[in-house]
Amino acid sequence: MAPGVQGFMYPNEVELQWSVLIVLYPYITGLVAGAFILASLSRIFNIAAVKPIYRLSLLTALAFLLVAPLPLQLHLGHPERSFEMYLTPHKTSAMAMFGFVYLWYLLAVLLTEIWLDYRGDIVHQAQTRRAPLKWLYAVLTLGSYNVSPGSRRIDDRVGWVVTLIGIPSAFLLHGYVGFIFGSVKANPWWSTPLMPVVFLFSAMVSGIAAVLVVYQAVTRIRGRKVDMACLDTVAKYLFYVFVLDFSLEMLDLVHRMYESNESFRALDFMVHTRLFVSQIVLQIYLGTLLPIAMLALTQVVKLRPAVRSVLYTVASSLTLIGILAMRWNVVIGGQLFSKSFLGYTTYKMEFVTREGLLPAIALMILPFPILWVLLKLLPPWEEKAAT
Amino acid sequence: MDLNRRELLAGAGKFIILSGSARAALNGDTQNYNRAEHWWGMAIDVSKCIGCGNCVRACAAENGVPKGYFRTWVERYQINGDDSEHPKVDSPDGGINGFPPRHATGVKSFFVPKLCNHCVDSPCVQSCPVGATFDSPDGVVLVDEKYCVGCRYCIQACPYGCRYLHPTKHTADKCTLCYHRITKGLTTACCEACPTGARKLADLKNPADPVHEFLRENNVQVLKPYMATRAKVFYKDLDGAVR
Repeated sequence: MAPGVQGFMYPNEVELQWSVLIVLYPYITGLVAGAFILASLSRIFNIAAVKPIYRLSLLTALAFLLVAPLPLQLHLGHPERSFEMYLTPHKTSAMAMFGFVYLWYLLAVLLTEIWLDYRGDIVHQAQTRRAPLKWLYAVLTLGSYNVSPGSRRIDDRVGWVVTLIGIPSAFLLHGYVGFIFGSVKANPWWSTPLMPVVFLFSAMVSGIAAVLVVYQAVTRIRGRKVDMACLDTVAKYLFYVFVLDFSLEMLDLVHRMYESNESFRALDFMVHTRLFVSQIVLQIYLGTLLPIAMLALTQVVKLRPAVRSVLYTVASSLTLIGILAMRWNVVIGGQLFSKSFLGYTTYKMEFVTREGLLPAIALMILPFPILWVLLKLLPPWEEKAAT
Repeated sequence: MDLNRRELLAGAGKFIILSGSARAALNGDTQNYNRAEHWWGMAIDVSKCIGCGNCVRACAAENGVPKGYFRTWVERYQINGDDSEHPKVDSPDGGINGFPPRHATGVKSFFVPKLCNHCVDSPCVQSCPVGATFDSPDGVVLVDEKYCVGCRYCIQACPYGCRYLHPTKHTADKCTLCYHRITKGLTTACCEACPTGARKLADLKNPADPVHEFLRENNVQVLKPYMATRAKVFYKDLDGAVR
């Protein structure tokens, strides 16, 4: 028997096909979709309390979106052929549309919205900065220097429409990623119509949590005071969406337990053994129940701002770990059992290889320097925006 | 056996003609092959399989299958009493070297050869994002290794575990039903090597193919029929415990 194998696996199943990089793919796209939805909803519904994080959310989404295709590229056996997905997409494949969905979201939604929102600042920078930054901003103006009040009003109106289109686009981006997994009928761990919905809600949870952490970190690094009204509102959203997300996941679990079909015994065994730490401990207890309890506490008990702030930070950080564990359990967990339901294999994560832990860590760090550059180029702060 | 001169000459003549056509086939004579006239599958008689592993070895040799990966393999099922939901299954190295003797007594035991089912509604073909996995007009599921991006979605989509990522080509690989042979009028390497005739290449479009009688006269099943893939590897007397 091959090492790490328990029971019977079809011989070709012993080796896992999708590595930690594919865990990062839904995680990162989820952060993008979540951060964007948070920003967009606050704009569409004109929620003043969340305004301080509107631009930061957009830039956070962009920083992560730029990294999102990299784990896929690194994972492909022939990355040099990935462009074929654009040239000759196979229309029946759930995966074939990702490139188009990605490009639509990047170009038609996120970049357009950011550009329209920042156009005034970009023109101002292009006219006041020295070279070479002046040239960069000049390029970013796309030749449009008209920042008259009438022109900015049009920007705002068009931006509002783009945001409106952006919300279903963000839903599409991540719901679609869920569908890539949920439509694999060969795999009972993945194959459920709830998968896109669960992915979507967990994306919102992770995106909101990420913005909460980034906002607090960036504000503290800048030596400014955190806007507690904003923080409270975002945390409230996180709490509500998290409850919905957890309910959906529990619905899936209860449904599986009650049905107890032929795959259940294998999946149940897996959750109690190989996935115990990542699923029960990290995802459910530490990554879901504890942060929900902490957020609930802030909703029902009147706490001092400093305490609330700490609770939000800890709850958000735990949430981010929990959602990462959820992606891990979906992607890796879905490959640990045999499609014969008679055996289990082990994921042996490598370190310094193309699909190892090191590139995975690098990919998770990469959005932050990108965000730093974006924050330098396009400061989202209210005081700067006012100039 | 007594042979008279006439029979000897007739036999020798048949041998020369047949070996000539076989040589022509091996030399690459696919000119007369019309894809529209064939619809390939396989008929497997489970009760005839002795688990010798000849098919696995022949497949590996014929197709250069890398060690540790399998285009075909053999599983041994052992079922104790009525516990068909928990069969004991083994397939050491895909059964390439046969099987060690079983120690348990009083259990039902049998071998099941496995290979790509060349499904009509293949999840692998459906899922390939670039169309590198495709159905040939004669019903064989093939992979264009010059086009495959190596995303491995097809491997995830196959309910039967028939695919793997080739470790050096970095593209999806699987049974081709020895397409390079069957289009020359030969049978597959596994069928040719099977000493008991447990595996038979089947041309479902050929009315003279024995597969029609096989399907008509026997209790025939495909693997995981609930997957609705319209598999074309047909098993005679397949036990319900087989997955």
